[in-house]
Amino acid sequence: MSRYLVDKFLFTVDRDPELVERYREQPVETVRWWEETQANLILSCHPDEASTWMAFTDAERQALATHDHVALFEMGAHPFLTLTLFIAMFERDYDEPLGYQMWYGRQLAHMSLPYPDITT
Amino acid sequence: MAEVVAVIASTHHPFYYKASTAPPDEAPPFAAEWVRKVEAFRETLTAANPDVLLMVGSDHFHQLWLDNMPQFLVGHAEEYDANWYNEQREFGLPRMHMKGDRDLSGHILRQGLDSGFDLAFSNELRIDHSVTCPIITLRPQNDLPIVPVYTNIFAPPLPQPTRFVDLGRALRRFVESWDSDQRVAIIGTGHLSLELGGPRQFGPHGPDPEFDARAVEWIASGDVEGCLAEVTLDSLHAPGNATHGFMDFMLMMGAAGDGVKADYVDTYDLFHTMEAYFTWYPKGASA
Repeated sequence: MSRYLVDKFLFTVDRDPELVERYREQPVETVRWWEETQANLILSCHPDEASTWMAFTDAERQALATHDHVALFEMGAHPFLTLTLFIAMFERDYDEPLGYQMWYGRQLAHMSLPYPDITT
Repeated sequence: MAEVVAVIASTHHPFYYKASTAPPDEAPPFAAEWVRKVEAFRETLTAANPDVLLMVGSDHFHQLWLDNMPQFLVGHAEEYDANWYNEQREFGLPRMHMKGDRDLSGHILRQGLDSGFDLAFSNELRIDHSVTCPIITLRPQNDLPIVPVYTNIFAPPLPQPTRFVDLGRALRRFVESWDSDQRVAIIGTGHLSLELGGPRQFGPHGPDPEFDARAVEWIASGDVEGCLAEVTLDSLHAPGNATHGFMDFMLMMGAAGDGVKADYVDTYDLFHTMEAYFTWYPKGASA
């Protein structure tokens, strides 16, 4: 379980306009590239000081590579990070105002309290 | 000594800017009443005639990240740039710039460190909509220096609710012990019941109207004791998964004072979440 790393992916992609588009269009390639080259970077540090030990589980890699926001919720990815990034990628595909956000919530209708822990 | 001329607690709704600046034929149907309420709320700050704004909010994973997460952080900068790319993208918020007040920042840090609050600090802080929303609603001319205080309501493990109340009480004391003739307004923003990224998001109103009604009553009546008796880190999951933002309202209740009724109370039931606006005048009437 590498909940922190999933959050780190969502966080670093969400803040970069080019990465947002790349992840929307090429999710498998983006997740693979990110895990290979970005996952271990400490964000405020020189690349030579990168961490050496972080990797996704298969389930996490699969959830990210398939844009599966339900699976991400179920594994405790921070819901604000997932929502913000996914709105950026997919709101444009819906005609009605907030149409995507409503659909996004409906896909999670089976979830009941307590929600999965998001503590990192 | 400095004087606390107003204590103001508010929700921060990032859609207000877009709703209030849209052309009439594009504005949502709830915009006109929302603007009317916000402009009335704004008058309560204007009437207090402040010189400096001490602003409590929470970074939404913008500059503060999980590799180095402070629980409470004070901005200690001469100036602050504000709003982020993803806030422009999602909410249409403009880039902003505020002056700081390093003298007040330094005083709060020293007082905190000397009285049981090991406050983190930042000398280069880009602030987000938790602070810029109340600038937009309450002081759109953006002409006053600010001191931002960030709380962690977002990335568990979180401080206990009582810690937020205690920090609010402490901030009030710290301002009142500041050797200055400045008139200070303490402004803090949070949430009532709120769900983000879960099944209850973006409903016709907030996810838990019953919680909202109780919360408004606690705040309006200054019922710190009653609020603390019911609110725990666990209980805040039930009204909505982002309801821990209510702890910033609890902080402001601490700043306003136990048992002190708000001088101004207003609410507005919107889709997704309820808006709530409160003002206290510590010395009575605003003038």
